[in-house]
Amino acid sequence: MPEDPSAPRLRHKWRMPVEWLGIVPFLLFALLFLILPTMKIVVGAFQTPEGAFTLQNLADLNTDSIRSAYWTSIRLSLITALLGCAIGFAMAAAVVFGGLPKGIRSPLLTFSGVASNFAGVPLAFAFIATLGPVGLITVWLRTEFGINLRAMGFNLLSFNGLVITYLFFQIPLMILIIIPALDGLKREWREAAEVLGATGAQYWRMVALPILFPSLLGTFALLFANAFGAVATAFALTGPQLNIVPIKLFAQIRGDVLGNPNLGYALAFGMIVITALANFLYIWLRVRSERWLK
Amino acid sequence: MTRFFAWAAFLLGSLFFLLPLIGMTEFSLKARRGEYSFDAYMRVFEDQRFWDTFSYSLILAAATIVVGVFLVVPTAYWVRLKLPQARPVIEFITLLPLVIPAIVIVFGYIRLYNTSSFLPMTGSALGTDILLTMGYTTLALPYMYRSVDTGLRTIDVGTLTEAAQSLGAGWVTILARIILPNVMVAVLSGAFLTLAIVLGEFTMAALLNRPAFGPYMQLLGANRAYEPPALAVIAFAITWGCMGLMQLVTRLSKHERAKA
Repeated sequence: MPEDPSAPRLRHKWRMPVEWLGIVPFLLFALLFLILPTMKIVVGAFQTPEGAFTLQNLADLNTDSIRSAYWTSIRLSLITALLGCAIGFAMAAAVVFGGLPKGIRSPLLTFSGVASNFAGVPLAFAFIATLGPVGLITVWLRTEFGINLRAMGFNLLSFNGLVITYLFFQIPLMILIIIPALDGLKREWREAAEVLGATGAQYWRMVALPILFPSLLGTFALLFANAFGAVATAFALTGPQLNIVPIKLFAQIRGDVLGNPNLGYALAFGMIVITALANFLYIWLRVRSERWLK
Repeated sequence: MTRFFAWAAFLLGSLFFLLPLIGMTEFSLKARRGEYSFDAYMRVFEDQRFWDTFSYSLILAAATIVVGVFLVVPTAYWVRLKLPQARPVIEFITLLPLVIPAIVIVFGYIRLYNTSSFLPMTGSALGTDILLTMGYTTLALPYMYRSVDTGLRTIDVGTLTEAAQSLGAGWVTILARIILPNVMVAVLSGAFLTLAIVLGEFTMAALLNRPAFGPYMQLLGANRAYEPPALAVIAFAITWGCMGLMQLVTRLSKHERAKA
């Protein structure tokens, strides 16, 4: 913003503190219930129980159990974000470009709004009732076709089961975010490409996808963070034994299972670092992609 | 050809979403051997803890909505009217709850407001309830702020304020009788989303040890067979209801505006 050193502007600047008073309640709330608690975690990650500075907590994260928890969490988030993006994109593209009846669009958006919020404990129940040991599909496949999912190595209370369950809120989130982006693709761009002799595939590869790329990658980052921080679904599905970071942190907060409170801070700090990276990628790309959606 | 793939993508996707819903509904009706019945639902509704936890979460949701409205409406209004230079800061803060996982925020609460701290909120039930309400307000902040800010964009805040001031209105009157009614649709739509979030929330309530609906569902899930899918059906209906009401208020307001 260019500074204007003229007199009225200076007077305006001098009065500014009074106007800032209007957002003091909000800033106070943010400080007390968002920023200070987070700072407590970040600072605690670099402190010994006595309060001295240390890097030992972060170094102590480097154990087999914690490393594998992070790795499982990252893999789970990556895979569900990737599949969520791909399937959500396919469904959104089908509705926007596929020549499906117009009446499908609005129910799909409403349903996506519901499903993306239908996460947590009840979602786990729904999948246990469907794909669990005595769930609808499991029993149906066994009695009608003699297919035993369990014998084939499928177990809902495992990594793969968690992937399928997470997709139930990841796909709708993708649909909600990507449909406006697909609507933003102007018909003229396609026509211009066709006039210049582009095939459908060329149009997608050279025009549409580069324009959509920031939205796609940005949504991917959002889905990643969304899966990475999720506790309730996994906890209700598998209980405290599954080794992913949020569950580990949950157990640590409840009963100090790591035997060192400051290691808990370090565990949480690692979560913040990873989701922050993913989200800043999202916000940055979002700003870039909004230029095209006017 | 395109149309074939479009139908295939849409139908396969729909199947993935419908099967768990069918699965949970079917399972919830099987509590009686050999026939469908509503026994599981009856048992859920007869359970006093269901009503206790559900009304607890409902009260907390109401408190969260009130705190959220008091916090967000004046702030968003003030930023639009007098402090456009603060917008990036405020928007950044409202996005933070999407960046910092809820479990980390509540971990910070537990350590910051424990009984030996400067503000021992976790020391009493009421203090913990207030802390949980603030936590929920934080979780709902991104949605509430976005909704209200979009609502404010459609009205001319400056002109309305000047008109009210020249008629002698003070700040409270302006906010309560001019601005709030004008962004009511945005506030309501944020409120219904908040309701859906709070009723299903598990992590914060469980770690703060409060008897909310989310932890109750989890506890029941660990101990019973047929009640959990019944609860899932109920929770899905509630979520659907909240989203439906959200759409309804938006549609009604569009209708009104079109008539005017």
